[in-house]
Amino acid sequence: MRSVSALVLVLLVSTSSSAQQTPELRWGGDAEGGAPFVEADPRDPARVIGFDVEVAQLLAAGLARQPRFVQVGFTSLDAAAARGDFDIGLSGIEDSPARRARLAVTIPYYEFQEILTVRTADGARYRTLSDLAGRRVATLGATLAYDLLLAAERDHHVVPVTYEDDVHPYSDLALGRVDAVLLDYVLADRGVRRNPGLMNQPTPVGVGHYVGVLAPDNAGLRDRMNEILRQAMRDGRLEAIFRRWRLWNEDQTALYAQLTSENQVPPETASTAAVTTNAWQSAIRYLPALFRAAGITVLLSALSMFLAVALGVVIATGRVYGSRPVEIALTAWVELIRGTPLLLQLFVLYFGLAAVIQLPAFVAAMLGLGINYAAYESEIYRGALQAVPRGQLEAARTLGFSNMQTLRLVRAPQAFRLALAPMTNDFVALLKDSSLVSVITVVELTKQTSIFAANIGSWVLPGAVCAAMYLALSLPLARFARRIERTWQQ
Amino acid sequence: MAAIRAVLQVQGLCLERDHRPVVNGVTFQAGRGERVALMGPSGAGKTTVLRAIAGLESQVAGAVSICRPDTDARGAEDDPGVSRPTPPIGMVFQFHHLFEHLTALQNVCLAPVHVANVARQKAEAHAKALLEQLGVGHRMHARPHELSGGEAQRVAIARAIAMKPVLLLMDEPTASLDPARRDDLAATVRNLSADGTTIVISTHDVPFANACIDRVLLLHDGRIIREGPPADVLS
Repeated sequence: MRSVSALVLVLLVSTSSSAQQTPELRWGGDAEGGAPFVEADPRDPARVIGFDVEVAQLLAAGLARQPRFVQVGFTSLDAAAARGDFDIGLSGIEDSPARRARLAVTIPYYEFQEILTVRTADGARYRTLSDLAGRRVATLGATLAYDLLLAAERDHHVVPVTYEDDVHPYSDLALGRVDAVLLDYVLADRGVRRNPGLMNQPTPVGVGHYVGVLAPDNAGLRDRMNEILRQAMRDGRLEAIFRRWRLWNEDQTALYAQLTSENQVPPETASTAAVTTNAWQSAIRYLPALFRAAGITVLLSALSMFLAVALGVVIATGRVYGSRPVEIALTAWVELIRGTPLLLQLFVLYFGLAAVIQLPAFVAAMLGLGINYAAYESEIYRGALQAVPRGQLEAARTLGFSNMQTLRLVRAPQAFRLALAPMTNDFVALLKDSSLVSVITVVELTKQTSIFAANIGSWVLPGAVCAAMYLALSLPLARFARRIERTWQQ
Repeated sequence: MAAIRAVLQVQGLCLERDHRPVVNGVTFQAGRGERVALMGPSGAGKTTVLRAIAGLESQVAGAVSICRPDTDARGAEDDPGVSRPTPPIGMVFQFHHLFEHLTALQNVCLAPVHVANVARQKAEAHAKALLEQLGVGHRMHARPHELSGGEAQRVAIARAIAMKPVLLLMDEPTASLDPARRDDLAATVRNLSADGTTIVISTHDVPFANACIDRVLLLHDGRIIREGPPADVLS
């Protein structure tokens, strides 16, 4: 379920091939790292398995339809439901007042507790969020747990760290990069089983519910689904599903009793998120966080560019002046870096090298961006150095300049002028590429915007605010570069 | 000529380009303050010999040696403040090759400040004097692309002689000059040589050679085929 990709994936994986006549029930979920919710069947990756898959089958059967799975990134499920990309979204989607306000939401079909996971050695001292003042606590962005952590940040000064998947919070906890993880019981249970040395605290931090989400104008279908769910609660079919996935407990008995009783009381979700549905109010609420994130984007981009320029100069100089082996080695390095995705390099630096060296997320992000862009910068500088006419170098030589003096006083200053325009382009590109570092837990402008958008269920206002902030950062830069170019051309 | 010390000695110089001989056993010498012209048709090897003397070409065979004349011989000239040995040669290229990112004045000061370690103020004063002397003092703050061909060439001469070279090489210096400027340049060459600078010029320009050259080396296919005063060789 919960995974990266803010963009909607259009990959369709059919669970059946014989649905010619039977109408389909298209249901959306995120199969990336999604056990036990939705995941690709290890025995047949073309199929998906998980309790949400079975809930979808149950709903489809009740509607006399054929279920068809639609893969959508977790953070985009709400937007995709509203767009009508599928009939219902089922992927461990949490109930929240904000979600109810903007989508047609089914009755809850599972109740979960938010559980604090810590290293076993810290079990005695980190029992609740209030014990974790000044400590880093990991979770997934745009979840109930994230809202709880934001409240704990205000009340107890914990430091929330957001991940884009539900595997790395636990592995980083085991490595000591964070001091606790707050996520729902289903994930916490799996996290502890996969990572020795971790334990779940017995006292839940909050309670939440999984629901299905439909387009707001699809209330009719939602009501029919609610009836199917209630029937399945009464006749034990839902219980059978959760028992198969070893997730059944007494909380569900109480929840189902409440939902199927004569006077149905909607269950309470311990959300601390703002319930407001006014986008402007939300925007004002998020502005400080967005400005903070923009600050991180600027700082990260500036430091990365500084590193990229310094490394780029060294690489370019080595390629132009170095011996043949040095030139070959540097060329191979540049091709390796340019030929592999930045995202992969960030993963390797942060997660891949974690067993050898545990770089702080910001440092890994700066190194990843800096090293990646250094390869491109070095190509610009190499081209610029080689574009300085040979006559200039010969003139320097006849005047008695050493090679180093010729580089410093004659060649580099002229090359720098040639390189300035492409360098500025690269800095603007880096400013935007810095959004990739959210995959290694750095919350910069785009990530903060995506959290904002997920919470209010729309990308329109957050997207506009975010775009305005990026433009406010990049336009002066472009203007500054044009001015310098003009000055030097005079 | 017996009194003139040999500042430049070229012995059996051979050069190839793309495995084809372009200079084939050139031998000559030039004394202190002597003005020598390398002349001949295009492709005779004039510029290549000049570049080899400047150390910009690697020769296949032969030797080039440049000797510093005795300091006594240079006399008590005005001290430009050059505190360490000057490079023995200066070169004025056909296309000048002024440093594009610097003004005329900065072009002239750069080597004295960074190679000869002259104090910047002193180097600037000397550079201004040189530019004034060559008639381009009013253009000292112009960048190379703002200069005419003649101005650029005079700045290039100033840049080369700011280091007090014992040997000044000039490649086709009259190529971009009108007749009036050519006469000025001939006068400059005579003045420099009067100060003791040995000058070797590659040129096609017969009137110019007649105006300021002591000795002509006539090249053909990379060999010297005649040698002597312009009046004899070019008649």
